[in-house]
Amino acid sequence: MSKKHEIHLFSKEHEVYLKKVKSTKRKIVITRVLILVIFIASWQIAASLKWIDPFLTSSPSRVIKSFISLYEDGSLFKHIGITCYETILGFSLGTILGALTAIILWSFPFVSKILDPYLVVLNALPKVALAPIIIFWIGNGMPAIIVIALLISVVTTIISVLTGFNEIDKEKIMLMNTFRASKMQILRYLIFPYSIPILISALKINVGLSWVGVIMGEFLVAKNGLGFLIVYGGQVAQLDMVMMSIVTLSIIAFFMYEIVAFVEKGLVKEKN
Amino acid sequence: MCLLKISNISMNYHSIKGETQALNNINFEVDDGKFISILGPSGCGKSTLLNIMNGLLEPSSGYVLYKGESIKNNLDKIGYMFQKDHLFEWNTVWENVILGLKIKKQLNDESKERANALLDNYGLLRFKNHYPSELSGGMRQRVALIRTLALKPEILFLDEPFSALDYQSRLLVCDDVYNIIKTEKKTTIMVTHDIAEAISISQKVIILSKRPSNVKIEIPIDFGNADLTPFQRRKNPLFSDYFNRLWKELDQSNE
Repeated sequence: MSKKHEIHLFSKEHEVYLKKVKSTKRKIVITRVLILVIFIASWQIAASLKWIDPFLTSSPSRVIKSFISLYEDGSLFKHIGITCYETILGFSLGTILGALTAIILWSFPFVSKILDPYLVVLNALPKVALAPIIIFWIGNGMPAIIVIALLISVVTTIISVLTGFNEIDKEKIMLMNTFRASKMQILRYLIFPYSIPILISALKINVGLSWVGVIMGEFLVAKNGLGFLIVYGGQVAQLDMVMMSIVTLSIIAFFMYEIVAFVEKGLVKEKN
Repeated sequence: MCLLKISNISMNYHSIKGETQALNNINFEVDDGKFISILGPSGCGKSTLLNIMNGLLEPSSGYVLYKGESIKNNLDKIGYMFQKDHLFEWNTVWENVILGLKIKKQLNDESKERANALLDNYGLLRFKNHYPSELSGGMRQRVALIRTLALKPEILFLDEPFSALDYQSRLLVCDDVYNIIKTEKKTTIMVTHDIAEAISISQKVIILSKRPSNVKIEIPIDFGNADLTPFQRRKNPLFSDYFNRLWKELDQSNE
């Protein structure tokens, strides 16, 4: 309400301060972009002038060429789509399953105590090591890749969400008890809303983890997807294709992270 | 009239290392409409006693009677207020106030109106749609009290309700809470370790000894004028007399 007024009431000193904050922000953005531009430009120049061997290092122009040729034969978006699909399915299933398991463990502290060492071992185990077994069990294809991506994120989710649940002030639970709330009501009115920020930060971590799982899975089994392009490109000594896939991967991973961060902003605003 | 009767309450805590006797044969009565403080050295089991009285904890022996009946059949007559306000940050003031009603499935037009009237009476109506983080410590504590009062309890239990506040707001909120409780005519039992607070707000102070604690002495507080607010009581000459007396009793119970 008073915000509109304040804008006009700013003193000179405050305006100077605001300007300073803004200019710092601008400098950061400009420098960020500059680093990227300089990197790409020097890569291109070094490759054009044969300071580095473009067969081994590729170059921005070759990456773009490879991008266009894949786009023209129509397979680019198929590969991107498949990888994205697997990743999104992997991390959302991982987050949902992890959160559900955490709820069950929270509801039964006895079970949670029993399973604790198993969770620790599962968490320490590199899940990618299970990939060959999973491929045998599930078959050579997309479902196996999704399961690998899911496995990578599910255990960390269980642990971080359960830790979050257990960090709730005991007195808040006591308050619910003075209302004679049932376990379901405690979950619904206290634990869930309290855990939304925790769930989102788990989601953020899981996005990154799922990429690892999906690319790893595609290395092993796929005939499609960016991971397949990387392995295939390596095998046929097409490093342009490898570089192109890595660049595309970075861009998509960046956007996916931004989307999750945006969702976080929407859900967590006003709470603090 | 005796509303609450605490009879031979003992409580032992068990841990791997051994057994701790927290409460040892506690007896007292609380009359209808009175404001009573339970004062004791830290760690003497005051909160344990409060949690037994409101049925959250099972005593090792003894019983608590509400109007001659077991308290367990009368749990909905009790309202509980904590040291911290424990408002849910993700809910508005209004959602916080009706939380208990919602959980007890008592949310209807009548109870909503009651909650609304409470907010209005105690100057919080225009903050109805604000979030707790936008309120001062004193306002938050008032919201917490209204959340409790919305359930229409007969007895209020206050567990060191002011100790999370800074000194100045503690005095102000103490007056606030006292006025609200007086207007709503609730029987109140407050647990505290603050001698001045106990004298300023209550009609009777029950002093507990240190662990294993029992009732050392009951001291009625009478300033001759029932209309004095806690703050006015603090300025009354009788205040320091009571203070010295309680101080001595507490000191002996610390030995």
